[in-house]
Amino acid sequence: MGATVRAEDISAWYGKKLAIRDMNLEMKPNKVTALIGPSGCGKSTFLRCINRMHEVIPAARVGGDMWVGDQNVYSRGVDPVKVRAQTGMVFQRPNPFPTMSIYDNVAAGPRLSGKTRNKKELDALVERSLRRAALWHEVKDRLKEPATGLSGGQQQRICIARALAMEPGVVLLDEPTSALDPIASYKIEELMNDLKEEYTVIIVTHNMQQAARIADFTAFMLAGEDFVGELIEYADTKTIFSTPKDKRTEDYITGRFG
Amino acid sequence: MRRYRARKLVNYFGSGLALLCVMLAILPLGAMLAYVLGQGGTSLNLNFFTHLPAPYGESGGGMLNDIEGTGYLILLASCVGLPIGILSGIYLSRSTNYRFANTVRFFTDVVAGTPSIVAGVVAYALVVIPTGHFSAYSGGAALGLLMFPTVTRATEETIKLVPTSIREAALALGLPEWQAMARIILPAAANGIVTAVMLGIARVAGETAPLLFTAFGNPNLSFAPSNAVGALPLEIWKYATSPSEDLHRQAWAGAFVLFAIIVILNLIARLLTLRLTARVGTG
Ligand SMILES: Nc1ncnc2c1ncn2[C@@H]1O[C@H](COP(=O)(O)OP(=O)(O)O)[C@@H](O)[C@H]1O
Ligand SMILES: [Mg+2]
Repeated sequence: MGATVRAEDISAWYGKKLAIRDMNLEMKPNKVTALIGPSGCGKSTFLRCINRMHEVIPAARVGGDMWVGDQNVYSRGVDPVKVRAQTGMVFQRPNPFPTMSIYDNVAAGPRLSGKTRNKKELDALVERSLRRAALWHEVKDRLKEPATGLSGGQQQRICIARALAMEPGVVLLDEPTSALDPIASYKIEELMNDLKEEYTVIIVTHNMQQAARIADFTAFMLAGEDFVGELIEYADTKTIFSTPKDKRTEDYITGRFG
Repeated sequence: MRRYRARKLVNYFGSGLALLCVMLAILPLGAMLAYVLGQGGTSLNLNFFTHLPAPYGESGGGMLNDIEGTGYLILLASCVGLPIGILSGIYLSRSTNYRFANTVRFFTDVVAGTPSIVAGVVAYALVVIPTGHFSAYSGGAALGLLMFPTVTRATEETIKLVPTSIREAALALGLPEWQAMARIILPAAANGIVTAVMLGIARVAGETAPLLFTAFGNPNLSFAPSNAVGALPLEIWKYATSPSEDLHRQAWAGAFVLFAIIVILNLIARLLTLRLTARVGTG
């Protein structure tokens, strides 16, 4: 069961530069929410505010509240390490740990965070995570091989399995298919549909067709003349793509800019 | 047209000069190689590795004490230089306090460029004088001081070669910063750090000056850290400046062994670097 993610007046800075301003939106459990918008409008920045990854960049800062389930991850005394452990994140380029085997990559989170070190439990967890990432049948006979030997699409699914092994409530994906070929992308898109049964899935994409295919809800972001990203419109995907309320959304989805 | 010809002439002249300089640079290197291999190789035999020096005036004997001493000094120097070097390299690679980090880098570079005899004087003042005698550990301290800058900078550079996305993946999994470093980033940089260690050792293995008044030299095997110990470069210096033809041959043999050690260390370092770049390239 996923957790509701609710952003309240989220703003984010890189040093003195404001990157996104006053974002308010609620992302529902067991749904896929897509964040779309032209490059540089702050999609990645917003996504990284959800699991407190924004602040690992030197001098980066966040304002506002972010609720994941019934916890405000920005309230005082919350450990960002715990927040990240409860939220899975998948990046634009597949980034398996280069020195580790397929098995060790998937087991890395639970093993190193001390969640479980029991061999039997780990075996079961690795298998379950790889199955959820639709990769088990492709790799079950080569779990000891280095993960970097796999194809790009498989590596990306390893990264998904690695995130799922922490049994998070929310899965965040930042353009997970933009470095992949169409067939590998298609497999990841199919996977999104399965993942939402158990998680809150939030995906950044600059591919509108992809958002239309896989997302239940779509948020459109845009940076204005001051280069600060804002939420322009948020609705169910059908509405966004058929009858958007805002002129700028319509311009974007009809390809008039971006 | 005239200007074109003049330019061509200058071009020829410049290229010729550059080529000449390259020759002048290679020539001494080639001469050194030929000499060390020729003279040293022919003077070398098994006794060199298994025997102590022959009493003065007799021929034969070896440099077992000095080989042992050099190994021992490298070990002691590593105990000082490697922890300082590796830890400060890790610190520099992650530091966001740019001013402080740059100050540290500056002083590291200054130490790296310091004449080695200065390190010897420092070890003499801080260790030999207070303890009242020459010792292996004072030699180790002097060499450790010379070793750490190489290790610091190479460690920092290697860690920076590991893509940020790997670190972010580790942090996003919910690993604390130190664990991301120790369990994910350092293993990915392991080859490069071993390379750094090799280069650091190669940097000090042939040092003579700082040992003159610290390790001092010892004609016998010695394993006590508070005793003076022998070292290959010290013995080479002593033999090469003696009048005996036999001792000259021993000095050549010693030079050959020292040279071989440093070439091997550098080769290992180079091979590991190649493997590292290959892996980071696909990772
Ligand atoms: N590490 C960073 N340091 C400084 N500015 C950044 C950094 N990352 C992103 N930005 C800036 O923040 C803005 C939003 O970037 P980003 O969230 O990556 O946009 P998107 O993912 O929509 O393409 C851009 O103007 C970008 O230049
Ligand atoms: Mg982005």
